[in-house]
Amino acid sequence: MEEFVKSRIKQVLKGDHNAFGEIVEVYKDRIYQLCYRMLGNAHEAEDTSQEAFIRAYVNIDRFNINRKFSTWLYRIATNLCIDRIRKKKPDYFLDAEVKGTDGLNLYSQVQSKEMTPDEKVAKMELQELIQMEILNLPEKYRSAIVLKYIEELSLKEISEVLDLPIGTVKTRIHRGREVLRKQLRNI
Amino acid sequence: MNQCPVDIKEYMHEYLDGEISPEHEQILQDHLAICSDCKQDLHELEKTIALVQSMSHIKASDDFTLKVMQNLPREKKRVGIKRWFSHHPFLTAAAIFLILMSGSLFSSWGDAEQFSVTKVPNIVVENNTAIVPEGETVEGDIVVRNGDIRIEGKVDGNVTVVNGDKYLASAGEVTGKVEEINEIFSWLWYQIKNGVNSFINLLAGS
Repeated sequence: MEEFVKSRIKQVLKGDHNAFGEIVEVYKDRIYQLCYRMLGNAHEAEDTSQEAFIRAYVNIDRFNINRKFSTWLYRIATNLCIDRIRKKKPDYFLDAEVKGTDGLNLYSQVQSKEMTPDEKVAKMELQELIQMEILNLPEKYRSAIVLKYIEELSLKEISEVLDLPIGTVKTRIHRGREVLRKQLRNI
Repeated sequence: MNQCPVDIKEYMHEYLDGEISPEHEQILQDHLAICSDCKQDLHELEKTIALVQSMSHIKASDDFTLKVMQNLPREKKRVGIKRWFSHHPFLTAAAIFLILMSGSLFSSWGDAEQFSVTKVPNIVVENNTAIVPEGETVEGDIVVRNGDIRIEGKVDGNVTVVNGDKYLASAGEVTGKVEEINEIFSWLWYQIKNGVNSFINLLAGS
């Protein structure tokens, strides 16, 4: 797969615009899923994953062909998600009220805090509940957990995507697991 | 309640990462056998991982790729051309040479509607005809455009007539070559020869 993608990248570098479409086909589901789990909203996930591919295209000549392309792409997408999460924070409540409910947005989380855990479980599907707890993780734990358990990357790859030492990645995964354990123990 | 070893949580995570050493694993196993709280913790952690992994895979929309392709920046094309140029310096130089050549070529062909003749002493111009009078000697090359030349005297050099005729009187003499050019292709050939000659001269001169 990497070989196929690299041959396509060489085509793109030669000016073959359409070869990039084949690269998008290969990675679109993985990148969209990453963004969806990081952001928890289909619209934002679509926006961010689209932008990740466009950035990859614009900067394709900076990609080192000897490295793994998926790692580079994950890195672009993860950074865009983190940027978006950080920008979104200040207008946490305002944003939620304006947008109304979209299944799993911030507004529903604000509401759900007033419910008992049992009510929460009763009201939400299991999948939604897990997604909500992932979204409640601080973004540095969230990216590590999503890359590890949803995208199923190795610790080494995660450390390259996040540009952090493996030890730091492990610590973040451990902390993330602990937070999730406390939130999900009653299921 | 047993006293839990300080690093027991750490060992659990090492175990979950699949990176636990045999010694740590032994300590962990021994402890879990006697500490139900820690056993419960580990169980919950394993369940948490299973829950997160159980999340269904979601797919991008069907028109995802199409949308990306439509939103790729257009100015990239220019970057592509630039990149092509930097990868092919020789072809680039040849292309620029050709463009400049054809530019000057067609402009000179186009505005050569008017009669013109190389300015040299001793030449007489009458009704679009350049005359080298009898008994006179012109030193240097003569180029006549859109007109004729009548040579009754002597020319010390080449004579080139573009879009015109030359009349060489019996007494006339040209020491160099005489050329008549009436077709665009011969004009082109003449220009290329000139270009190559001046290029060679340039190389030889430098």
